[in-house]
Amino acid sequence: MADAERTPGFNTLAVHAGAKPDPTTGARATPIYQTTSFVFDDVEHAASLFGLQAFGNIYTRIGNPTCAVLEERVAALEGGTAGLAVASGHAAQLIVMQTLLMPGDEFIASKKLYGGSINQFNNAFKSFGWNVVWADPDDIGTFERAVTDKTKAIFVESIANPGGVITDIEAVATVARKAGVPLIVDNTLATPYLCKPIDFGADIVVHSLTKFLGGHGNSIGGMIVDAGTFNWSRDKKYPMLCEPRAEYSGIVLHETFGNFSFAIACRVLGLRDLGPALSPFNAFLIATGIETLPLRMQRHSDNALAVAQWLAGHPQVAWVSYPGLPGDKYHALAQKYVPKGCGAVMTVGLKGGYDAGVKLVSNVKLFSHLANIGDTKSLIIHPASTTHKQLTDAQKTQAGAGPDVVRLSIGIEDKDDIIADLELGLK
Amino acid sequence: MNHDSYPDSYIRGILNTVKSIAMVGFSPNTSRPSYFVFKYFLERGTRVIPVNPGHAGKEILGQKVYGKLADIPEPIDMVDIFRASEFVPGVVAEALALRPLPQVIWLQLEIRNDAAAAIAEAAGIKVVMNRCPKIEYGRLSSEISWMGINSRTLSSKRGQILPGGVQRMGLGNAGDKKSD
Ligand SMILES: Cc1ncc(COP(=O)(O)O)c(C=O)c1O
Repeated sequence: MADAERTPGFNTLAVHAGAKPDPTTGARATPIYQTTSFVFDDVEHAASLFGLQAFGNIYTRIGNPTCAVLEERVAALEGGTAGLAVASGHAAQLIVMQTLLMPGDEFIASKKLYGGSINQFNNAFKSFGWNVVWADPDDIGTFERAVTDKTKAIFVESIANPGGVITDIEAVATVARKAGVPLIVDNTLATPYLCKPIDFGADIVVHSLTKFLGGHGNSIGGMIVDAGTFNWSRDKKYPMLCEPRAEYSGIVLHETFGNFSFAIACRVLGLRDLGPALSPFNAFLIATGIETLPLRMQRHSDNALAVAQWLAGHPQVAWVSYPGLPGDKYHALAQKYVPKGCGAVMTVGLKGGYDAGVKLVSNVKLFSHLANIGDTKSLIIHPASTTHKQLTDAQKTQAGAGPDVVRLSIGIEDKDDIIADLELGLK
Repeated sequence: MNHDSYPDSYIRGILNTVKSIAMVGFSPNTSRPSYFVFKYFLERGTRVIPVNPGHAGKEILGQKVYGKLADIPEPIDMVDIFRASEFVPGVVAEALALRPLPQVIWLQLEIRNDAAAAIAEAAGIKVVMNRCPKIEYGRLSSEISWMGINSRTLSSKRGQILPGGVQRMGLGNAGDKKSD
């Protein structure tokens, strides 16, 4: 339907985007191109590829046809111009920041983020001289006031892990536009099925594919999506994009690649030099997972809402943080940003505190006790006794991981079985 | 023609029929976009004629550079313009003076002049503005998908591999009759 001038819907894109039949063999499923390298047609062709003058495959650290299917698929689902698949969600964040920041530069980040991202920004990134300035997504003024002439980017999560915070993406995008910097949105928890941040002003979307996009808990992966919306040359603030690159005989990436130049820069500079390439096998598993993304995300969300409602009425539960609940602090923002549902993840406060948390994770039989989210299976973790064990009680509470807190990632099993398992665990 | 968005069939029709391209504003600097486009279509077997008064008479990749469109001694199917928008009316006037008339006038990314486009269209010439023919060829052939770029095309048909190599794709699909 290449020539049919209609725009395919989300379900169609999830199945087809990026994956035409293999041109050489006609294989309909995406082949796993498990190879490090690709032969050139001739010397001239090789020179053109290395000079970025022709499109094609060279070496799997820089690009691979199986990974490319995944890249185009996620880019299409997000409504972006291009994607770049990398080895993990953290690698995506690393490459994005390395493309945008020089030592001594700053970026503003929401303080309600996945704990691993808070670590990455506070530790590894600081050691590179990229200085994070924290802002509060509940108070947009804190983003505005954090802008300086060193600010190069703003980073938020659409739905924050694990607190169920919904970020007012449009309001943060307005701050970013005024500051002349790109807005990066980590859309891992929502996925483009629930929320498309580019529609609300995001310039770059990143994903941990490890979670709902892959969806089956079998592969670590990350993705960078270029929205094609940012003018990299306007203020001459982004030398990787707006200055001649000596290693590519002086080409200026923004001038040459226009509205997908950010994705190209991340590939031919960031991925090439830093090296966290995704394995084609993982790309195959994740791209296959995405074919059922719309079905899974709706089931995750519907199940999670039912579980949240049930937990909210349980005598041993002090509170449930899930934006799908009508009384939730983020319920109004959820109506705007994630109208189809609020995803799988919630946190629950137990009246019995630390011991009740330990007891619950020990007693459940369907829920798996592990440090991940976004599997078909229901998952549970008690942060205070695991991921956040080294923190003081005050620090734990500040991080949303107080002694009473349990995080759930609701799977796509039958909701009655999920609820029955929690009932058993809370006995 | 609505110049804000073009149907794929319009672009595909142009790229499938054009056999010779005159590139006005061509730069012999190998890192400039015009050189990329020049080399790309040359490698695809298209006749590409560079036009730049500052380099007239030189040969680049075996192709003679002309000073202006009127100097080109053969018919051309498409005039591809790498000049800023304000220079477009002048180039269009030169193109309209050619006999036979070119079938297509193409303006590169960031270049647009609606008044000049209307004049060309009134003379029966197809116009494309603010697009790159290399990107469009890559997009519609699926070559560009190797770079993770959203081609905005879906197909259940096998793509066409061009003769002379496995990493060059054509605009037809495998089921199409070979036209070359
Ligand atoms: C919201 C969010 N962003 C990023 C990451 C990091 O992704 P990865 O583990 O694939 O590096 C995670 C992982 O938990 C996450 O939940």
